[in-house]
Amino acid sequence: MSNKYSIFSLIKNAFSYHENWQKAWKDAHPKKEYDVVIVGGGGHGLATAYYLAKKHDIKNIAVVEKGWIGGGNTGRNTTIIRSNYLWDASAGLYDHALKIWEGLSQELNYNVMFSQRGVMNLAHNLQDVRDLKRRTHANRLNGIDAYYLSTEEVKKFCPIINTSPNIRYPVLGGTLQKRAGTARHDAVAWGYARGADEMGVDIIQNCEVKGIKRNGDKVEGLETTKGFIATKKVGVVAAGHSSVIANMAGLKLPLESKPLQALVSEPVKPIIDTVVMSNAVHAYVSQSDKGELVIGAGTDDYVSYSQKGSHQIVEGTLNAILELYPIFSRMRMLRQWGGIVDICPDASPIISKTSIKGLYFNCGWGTGGFKATPGSGDLFAHTVANDEPHKLNAAFNLNRFVSGDLVDEHGAAAVAH
Amino acid sequence: MFIINCPFCGERDQSEFKAGGEAHIERPKQPTELSDDEWAEYLFMRKNIKGVQFERWNHAHGCRKWFNMVRDTSNDEIKLIYKMGENPPIE
Amino acid sequence: MSNNLRVKSSNYIDETTIVSFKFNGKNYHGYKGDTLASALLANNVHLVGRSFKYHRPRGIMTSGSEEPNAIVQVGNNAAITEPNVRATEVEIYDGLEATSQNCWPSVNFDIGGINNLLSPFLPAGFYYKTFMWPASFWKKYEYFIRHSAGLGKSPTKPDTDIYDHKYIHCDVLVIGAGISGIMAAKIAAKNNLKTLLLEEKTQIGGSTIYQNSEKFKIDNKNSSEWLINEINEIKKLDNLQIKTRTSVAAYHGYNYLLARENLTDHLSPSEKKGKIRQRLLKIRAKKVIVATGSLERPLIFNNNDRPGIMLSSAVKKYADHYGVICGKNNIFFTNNDSAYESAISLHKKGIKVQAIIDIRENSKSSLVEEATNLGIKIYWSHTVVDTVGYKKINKISLKKLSNDGQSTTGSKINISCDCLGVSGGWTPAVHLFTQSGGKLKFRDKDQVFIPNKYPSKQISIGSCNGDFSLNDIIKNCLNSLKKFLEIENIEYENLDIINPIETEKRNIWLLPSDKVIGKTKPFVDYQNDATAKDIKLALREGFRSIEHVKRYTTTGMGTDQGKLGNMHALGIVADTTGVKMSELGTTTFRPPYTPLTFGTIVGRNVGEYFDIFRKTPMNNWHLNNKAEFENVGQWKRAWYYPVNNETIYEAVQRESLAARESAGILDASTLGKIDIQGSDASEFLNRVYTNAWSKLGIGKCRYGLMLNEDGMVYDDGVTTRLSENHYIMTTTTGGAANVLGKLEDYLQTEWPELDVYLTSVTDHFATASICGPNSKKILNKLIPELDLSDENFPHMSFKEARIGKIKCRVMRISFTGEHSYEINVQANYGESLWEHCMEAGKEFNITPYGTETMHLLRAEKGFIIVGQDTDGTMTPIDLQMDWIVSKKKYDFIGKRSLYRSDTIREDRKQLVGLLTENPKEILEEGAQIVSDLSKKPFEMLGHVTSSYFSPNLKKSIALAVVRGGKKMMGKKLFIPMEGRTINVTIVDPIFLDKENKRLNA
Repeated sequence: MSNKYSIFSLIKNAFSYHENWQKAWKDAHPKKEYDVVIVGGGGHGLATAYYLAKKHDIKNIAVVEKGWIGGGNTGRNTTIIRSNYLWDASAGLYDHALKIWEGLSQELNYNVMFSQRGVMNLAHNLQDVRDLKRRTHANRLNGIDAYYLSTEEVKKFCPIINTSPNIRYPVLGGTLQKRAGTARHDAVAWGYARGADEMGVDIIQNCEVKGIKRNGDKVEGLETTKGFIATKKVGVVAAGHSSVIANMAGLKLPLESKPLQALVSEPVKPIIDTVVMSNAVHAYVSQSDKGELVIGAGTDDYVSYSQKGSHQIVEGTLNAILELYPIFSRMRMLRQWGGIVDICPDASPIISKTSIKGLYFNCGWGTGGFKATPGSGDLFAHTVANDEPHKLNAAFNLNRFVSGDLVDEHGAAAVAH
Repeated sequence: MFIINCPFCGERDQSEFKAGGEAHIERPKQPTELSDDEWAEYLFMRKNIKGVQFERWNHAHGCRKWFNMVRDTSNDEIKLIYKMGENPPIE
Repeated sequence: MSNNLRVKSSNYIDETTIVSFKFNGKNYHGYKGDTLASALLANNVHLVGRSFKYHRPRGIMTSGSEEPNAIVQVGNNAAITEPNVRATEVEIYDGLEATSQNCWPSVNFDIGGINNLLSPFLPAGFYYKTFMWPASFWKKYEYFIRHSAGLGKSPTKPDTDIYDHKYIHCDVLVIGAGISGIMAAKIAAKNNLKTLLLEEKTQIGGSTIYQNSEKFKIDNKNSSEWLINEINEIKKLDNLQIKTRTSVAAYHGYNYLLARENLTDHLSPSEKKGKIRQRLLKIRAKKVIVATGSLERPLIFNNNDRPGIMLSSAVKKYADHYGVICGKNNIFFTNNDSAYESAISLHKKGIKVQAIIDIRENSKSSLVEEATNLGIKIYWSHTVVDTVGYKKINKISLKKLSNDGQSTTGSKINISCDCLGVSGGWTPAVHLFTQSGGKLKFRDKDQVFIPNKYPSKQISIGSCNGDFSLNDIIKNCLNSLKKFLEIENIEYENLDIINPIETEKRNIWLLPSDKVIGKTKPFVDYQNDATAKDIKLALREGFRSIEHVKRYTTTGMGTDQGKLGNMHALGIVADTTGVKMSELGTTTFRPPYTPLTFGTIVGRNVGEYFDIFRKTPMNNWHLNNKAEFENVGQWKRAWYYPVNNETIYEAVQRESLAARESAGILDASTLGKIDIQGSDASEFLNRVYTNAWSKLGIGKCRYGLMLNEDGMVYDDGVTTRLSENHYIMTTTTGGAANVLGKLEDYLQTEWPELDVYLTSVTDHFATASICGPNSKKILNKLIPELDLSDENFPHMSFKEARIGKIKCRVMRISFTGEHSYEINVQANYGESLWEHCMEAGKEFNITPYGTETMHLLRAEKGFIIVGQDTDGTMTPIDLQMDWIVSKKKYDFIGKRSLYRSDTIREDRKQLVGLLTENPKEILEEGAQIVSDLSKKPFEMLGHVTSSYFSPNLKKSIALAVVRGGKKMMGKKLFIPMEGRTINVTIVDPIFLDKENKRLNA
């Protein structure tokens, strides 16, 4: 690598006042034709380009991004990474990603700060307990590290949680995946961009796709704000805007794009050293390396591309945070923002071919796509390169909505006696 | 937080309402006649428009009535509200 | 306190009331009206904190909420300590304790200061480039990174304060009570508009109220005098509500705004006791007038961050408003006339102003003339190239600027000073405007972003709209208000305004030094230690978008959200890349405007008010009888009734036996109940349930299964036909609201032709379910006149009756497999009904049982619980309930989905019973089932959904879903637990009384 990063390069560059660092990636202008064009320069799109170049020996690749890379959900999420999913297909997919995460900084020579501080999921009612135990057993048999914790063990692992039996929804137990954790979201996009650029991938920012040119049922190229780009293969990784691109090709997808909000507090000294998620009272919290509490809120129930959600969602989330962590009452919200998440009816993604030859979609990640970034890129690259899915993403095809073979990760429908 | 002009109750805060997704997707009258593909189209496939979208809302914490809304999903501007059964505006 | 740092004559400080407080453990005094910042300055304390990354000494920079440096920890009580509080916003009170943050052992001697020496190796984004070797060490590196980051400390005990919410609806909301806000509020209120005026500071009036220059006149009066008169007038207006110490945090769409009203933070501990600390105002305004003013810009030059370097307007405010001298030997450094106002004001108070360094080549404005006349030395076309003084500035070096402003020339001049007031011009506070969705435009003339397109009914007035001179502010404000409020005549129409006019401008985003930039430290974001060279490094490395630069350098991501430096960051990017500011755009201003306390957002929704408790009418009885409860949705349901310190297991065994051997009683009030009426009620039920309903006789009950349109089981329950066109449906407890919503949806949108009305009556009835062989006898005692013979009152039928005078509905239905009755009465008779049942059942040892026993009893009978034995992926066929799916009906919700290629597979997961090899072994619910122990990874066939020890069968039983389970009766399977394997056999899911003898007994 011509511009290898290390403590030594940092020291060396200090003596030239850091004037000699090279570009992490070049700002490319579109060529006339590419073998593959990836639409969407988020983490998943950049990772796809990276693995296409690295593992499938395709070098003439472009990533087109309508804004700036990593500016969508990659830069807007709460960075939780875990693989403790219930169904075999999901566990396979997410654990594939987690294994790549474990060596990603070294592979990319870019510190993505993957921090395996563990992720706990809390149970607040008896059905939660059943569901979490069910998931833990499934994880264990799938070779994924997972433990069921008693309330006392929850408290021991994260002492600031209010585990009093007298609260409205007491903590009845929880699960722990120790290999899970968080990463630095921007670094993932930048690291993949740098790696892809190094292998000759063109990263084209401020380039919005306006149309898909077809010849019968085959893709011929893309109309963009930077002109026509000819290509026989288009991989769309446009998250919340997937349906917009699909509509250009006359396709409908089983997606709804909804606002998802998150917020951070002002930074404080370390106070919570793991990631804690609670579905029942809806509060996710971790603390960034900078010291901010990073808190995920829920989705609104309407379609919106405005990157804004309603205040009631934020209020509900903080209600839950203070229920579980009453010590945070005097912490202050520093920033709040919204993203657009593309949600599938079964809360599982689509990594699939379509009825149009040469057009592939990687979408439907809903609220949880960040964790899958490396795996998603790897498997989508495989699908695009070979025109058929890898066995790990075979279940995540579009046809499942016709056959009914869904990968329903909603778990229990939250109805009980 | 929108203000929604419920056709039965008047202007109310968004928190009183629930969204019900894309409007004018009629439940097939003869589902058994449909192919799996056609049924999936009804069941799952959505336009998910960025821009002016026709959708259904319910005044869940009010009169419980469903109605239709025309809304620009790119900026959340509500263009029009009309009752169930009424014809959608042409534009 | 050092009295020589106070100047007399401030109207806003009460010098007769001395306030004592502690800072870093040391006692100090200030006056009532002081902020912590003004009081510290009066005590000659400039070093207040350490910066985030390099731990550089930092002092007080501003006088308001934009403060990046002087952030402190307030309070040392673990419950109410508060991190990251701006000293410029803390009003002092007796007993206030504050400490510096991010330093150890002390702010004066901070070990972390070593980072400053290492700073050449710590440029922007250094952490992305290192700490990667060896891979396993990241955990250790990260530990140190985490511990050196962060600012203040979180409280460690629950907050003892209370917070509140208030909804406000108004015609006009005015944000900011400077001169333009006050005028707007007055005009609105006087024109019969219900008006709310919010001001974040303690007093209204903005900077005009302490404007003591004779050069600013309105109607021949000094501007401050004129405004104070206006303030006195608006306080009398009925239509106007004024709230101070109230900061607007967020401006959402549809003119929905959130504001934080600070009620007690300025009071002493004894005064605040029992009072609400902060209130979140949720405001809906028909029209919004944004008058948030503007923020003075610093200048970006080498070592521009030392304690004693302050905004020139802050130096003026401390002197004119608080009566505090920031330095005895002042220098101002500016690119505009504002610093001259400050210099003149200080000079007139007898405070030494040594020099003004002005990057402009010249100016002949009246303020400049006045300063010249006062004998203040002005260095035209000069810039500060360096500053000296570790814990407080003591010297500056300046040099002449080249013509293009990109370099310096001539020889270096050194001047000593103890305070440097800087002014880089003004930035309109457009944060709220852009939060609301407003779009900005860039004005080249004075390099500001100003509002362009309003997304809702709002306007911006005053300096937040880019009007900076008194004349522009007032004239433009009046014109806008006339149109916006649709008012013909405005009283201020003919005001005579005099103010000095600024004639020259020069703006240089990054001022040159005599050293190469690599050797300098020109801070852009003070709190995060982001310098101009970090921004240039980011650009060099290919980060082009302003959002990339912000994220890579962390510029603008501190607790001040870059209120001071963001414009400079943009300017430096524009200059370096050769892109116009107008094309570059700004980063997104995200809410809240100033950080908002979680407690305030949450208000009263904490502790027992976090979520409502739904309790049945019999709840008191359960409580009095020591029931343990479980949460089911929002309901508190009796889970089991331990007697004599029984464990849950023992209690459930006892309760279960009693119910089968004699009689048990369950509070079933929480089940959802929907009243269905109308001439098409039967047809409606036909469409929503899988089975047929047309032929159900009046007075009869039927079990129904409801699917989602995707064919998966959604809900179940018994529905009773009360009369020809009247049914009552029961739903699961947790599903009640969703079922009603779903039914209404179909009724109103798909089948509007049906004459059906739905009403939720869950809360209208209390329900006691009596089961067991003696239930008939008990009911007979309760309602002797009711004929309980099988002929008159068979299983699955209903009777209306009376217990005494109380009307009740009695259904003979069973979820336990026992002969049983469900008695429904009007909810307020619930407890009485329960007591009557207990009394009547006494001789039969009637035993109250909770949900756990209910679950056990139904599992013995193989009855499912939706949500426990199903998970949204089970069809009725999967549940072996083919019998309930009508083959004759043309359609019902979900029918079509049952015939898709995946749903007709015969090897789907199906509900079965499981018996353990060891009958005493109770399976864990959720445990996974496999058939081949040698295959790795294990191929999981399904899982245990329900599992109990049946006291009636004297063995453990379980329900499970297993792939292809229907055809596997008798097959042996395995449950691999941690460290051991349990052998099980697939059996029929009905364990007890398959012939329903008990039911009909």
